[in-house]
Amino acid sequence: MQVPILKQGNYLIASIQSALTDSDLSELRDALVDQVGLYRSKGVIIDLTALDVLDSFATRTLRDTAHMIRLRGAETVIVGMQPEVAFAMVQLGLSLEGVSTALDFEEGLAYLNKRMSSRQGL
Amino acid sequence: MNDEARIAIKSDDDLLVARQQGRKLAIALGFTATEVTCIVTAISELTRNILSYAGTGQVVLTSGNELSRSWITIVAQDEGPGIPDIKAAMMDGYSTSGGLGLGLPGVKRLMDDFQITSEMGQGTKVTVRKWREARATK
Repeated sequence: MQVPILKQGNYLIASIQSALTDSDLSELRDALVDQVGLYRSKGVIIDLTALDVLDSFATRTLRDTAHMIRLRGAETVIVGMQPEVAFAMVQLGLSLEGVSTALDFEEGLAYLNKRMSSRQGL
Repeated sequence: MNDEARIAIKSDDDLLVARQQGRKLAIALGFTATEVTCIVTAISELTRNILSYAGTGQVVLTSGNELSRSWITIVAQDEGPGIPDIKAAMMDGYSTSGGLGLGLPGVKRLMDDFQITSEMGQGTKVTVRKWREARATK
């Protein structure tokens, strides 16, 4: 099950629609890191609304993805984490330290827009 | 004892199968959405340990009830190298597979009962259980 990546202006949007295997997640990471360069994207939104579990591997892969994208000069925001998923992650001892998160897609988009306008202001 | 599911673990596809079976069983038992997610996350981590340390193994899901409480039990078993120091493996931050090293203590926090036996060269067996208290249903 591959995750479709949509290009929307300066942003890339990856919306996870179903449970993913480890290799699906690794592929998503590689595709995003690659496409940020291909499309010269400034921001990436990863939507986890449909995801029902985030275990240690998934968390680490998402964190790696965000850090790699930052090294490529773009910002990542992770949106749509369900409350149960957040609860289980914290119990397990996992965190997404150093990664921006927002409640939903709309908030994530607003966050990126704000980041972009403050960058231009410099 | 009923609703037994036995899943052979050989690849990360089996990880999804184990999670799906666990979710189905936990929902059928009436666990809350948060409890279901905790159970499924625990299954995921235990299965992951089998894959990274032993390569293959099995996960067995059972359920039952005692007085007014029902439970789900997950047994994750492998014939891998075994854990040299269980006490250390139960501390946050311990890992020998280059993983995050949060597996076992984290799984213990997600579940109610936790039991581990491991013998060098023989394998490891982790048994965890979550209880569902009787709740008034609407």
